Amino acid sequence: MVTAVTIFVDGLVYAAWLFIVAVGLTLIFGVMKVLNVAHGGFYSMGAYAAAWSVGIYFDAGLAPAGSFLLLALSAVVVGVVLGLVLERGLLRFVYGRDDILVVLVTYAAFLILENLVLLIWGVDAYPAYQPSALLGSTAIAGLPFNNYELLLVVVAAAIGLALTWGLARTRLGKLLRAVIFDREMAVAFGIDVARLFTGTFVVGAILGALGGAVTAPTISVVPGIGVEVIVLAFAVVVIGGLGSVMGTILGALIVGLARAAAVHLLPEVELFVIYGVMSLVLILRPRGLFAQAQPRRI
Amino acid sequence: MDSPKPDRRSTLPLILAAAGKEAARRDLALLLFVVGLMAASLTMPGWAVYLVTVMLARGLVVLGLLLLWRTGLMSFGQALYYGIGAYAVGLTQKYLGLREAFSLLALGIVAAVLVAIALGFLLRQYRDIFFAMLSLAFSMILYGALVKSETLGSTDGFAVLTPHFLAWTPGTASAQYDLLLLCIAAVASGIYLVGRYLASPMGHLTTAIRDNEIRVEYLGFPVRRAIHVKYVLAAALSGAGGALVALAVGHIDPDMSYWTTSGEFVFVTILAGSGSVFAPFLGSAIFEILRTYATDYAPYSWQMVLGVSLLLLILFMPNGVWSLFRARRKAAAP
Repeated sequence: MVTAVTIFVDGLVYAAWLFIVAVGLTLIFGVMKVLNVAHGGFYSMGAYAAAWSVGIYFDAGLAPAGSFLLLALSAVVVGVVLGLVLERGLLRFVYGRDDILVVLVTYAAFLILENLVLLIWGVDAYPAYQPSALLGSTAIAGLPFNNYELLLVVVAAAIGLALTWGLARTRLGKLLRAVIFDREMAVAFGIDVARLFTGTFVVGAILGALGGAVTAPTISVVPGIGVEVIVLAFAVVVIGGLGSVMGTILGALIVGLARAAAVHLLPEVELFVIYGVMSLVLILRPRGLFAQAQPRRI
Repeated sequence: MDSPKPDRRSTLPLILAAAGKEAARRDLALLLFVVGLMAASLTMPGWAVYLVTVMLARGLVVLGLLLLWRTGLMSFGQALYYGIGAYAVGLTQKYLGLREAFSLLALGIVAAVLVAIALGFLLRQYRDIFFAMLSLAFSMILYGALVKSETLGSTDGFAVLTPHFLAWTPGTASAQYDLLLLCIAAVASGIYLVGRYLASPMGHLTTAIRDNEIRVEYLGFPVRRAIHVKYVLAAALSGAGGALVALAVGHIDPDMSYWTTSGEFVFVTILAGSGSVFAPFLGSAIFEILRTYATDYAPYSWQMVLGVSLLLLILFMPNGVWSLFRARRKAAAP
């Protein structure tokens, strides 16, 4: 019983983290049809910016509660700057080229971002445990769980709700859905696709950086953290169906719970379980759980 | 209706003759390539022998990627087979004590082929980024297994001993040079076989599938099986490359199957261009030179150098360095 509760809560926390990290990737793909490998770069930039600024903040001895605001703020700053530079300065020149070449462009951007992180912050680890330590822990079924990690579930739920509601109900969301559904028709109806693209990319970049920023207090921020994230996030969005927010929620839950179950019951297979689940889903549904069937065009 | 009817029978010999001419030119170029390499290797200092061996072996991997790239597919996880080739050599030597170079090379290829046949059934259903990222995921599984498992050497990997060649054991001084010869032989066979394959009807399907897969299907060709075959061929070449690098470097570690290694192969493929079966080796040579200088002059910016040159290539030289030769030949022709 205790194991079941532990698996459930751990899985939920991990799923929340996966969702925050992966949702930006799926949003950008859904609207722009660009698989953004540089997402991993946004993640590590966000993590470093957050860890670095939180470190300075606590050294200055300011009110501890403000550090949470600082995490969000660093994500927004990183996301807006990187998103604008990458989309306006680079991606818009390669729209319409071969899909793989666009992926390679974002891959090149990822390499550059990873190296920039190294050049700016060096190879030392940046700990930023304070916000996490601040919140203490709660006992569930007699086991202590870190409150900060439980807060992540709330944050993920809020992001998920905001995105689904925004896409379904707001004017902007309706415009975006029109672009997702049929881009050429949307252009013909006078929707300014270029501006929507820039906006989407910036929002996606902020989400990626936020993923890094909220993770920073739970880990030791070291070089190379962006790599695993991009592969993991890709696995999650592929399970759900690339471009679908609902699919990403489901994919994150499946992977999160499966991994938690593996960690507690059969630790040796932890690493394979994620890719195992992904392969299984893809064998059964080649385009993911929530993807619509694509007509084949000549 | 008095429009002239195209007569297939009269054009076919012309096409065949052109193909034959092309093949003859390729074989001549291959002969010159091999003779030139062997002549150059006689005068090379020791460090250059090592560098050229690694460059040729890694070029083999890129030759495999070229096959896929011509089909419009790019694998971001080709280091999977590179790693499998290398570890097949290392593990056989460590646990079975086999040190014979030819059989080790064959083992590396067979191991890669077997895995590729199995994974191919899944991967052949995917195109574009799905294909690329699924390959990446599989290579990361191997990396994870290698890092976690003590019997497989964990993060440090292990040493690979100098091989024997059939019944003959070379001295340490000549071992590197003998490996270079083995490498040249492997590369020559690789180029020859891939060239022959590309000239065959199945080979001509490569670019056809990239251009329009559905039309190829309408013509009655099994597209998925064709892609499966290309995937296995690419894996065989990568396995050979990995096995040769393991023997030449004398050490294997999990980084050989890490995504950065795959990324380097993709980089060289784009750098070289898919214009010719020789292009991968030109690309590989440029890459090794670039890396040697970058580690000297900008040791902390290697990824930056890679990223920036990749961007510049995609934006300004989308068909790779080989397109320079192509452009000149066209300009020279009247």
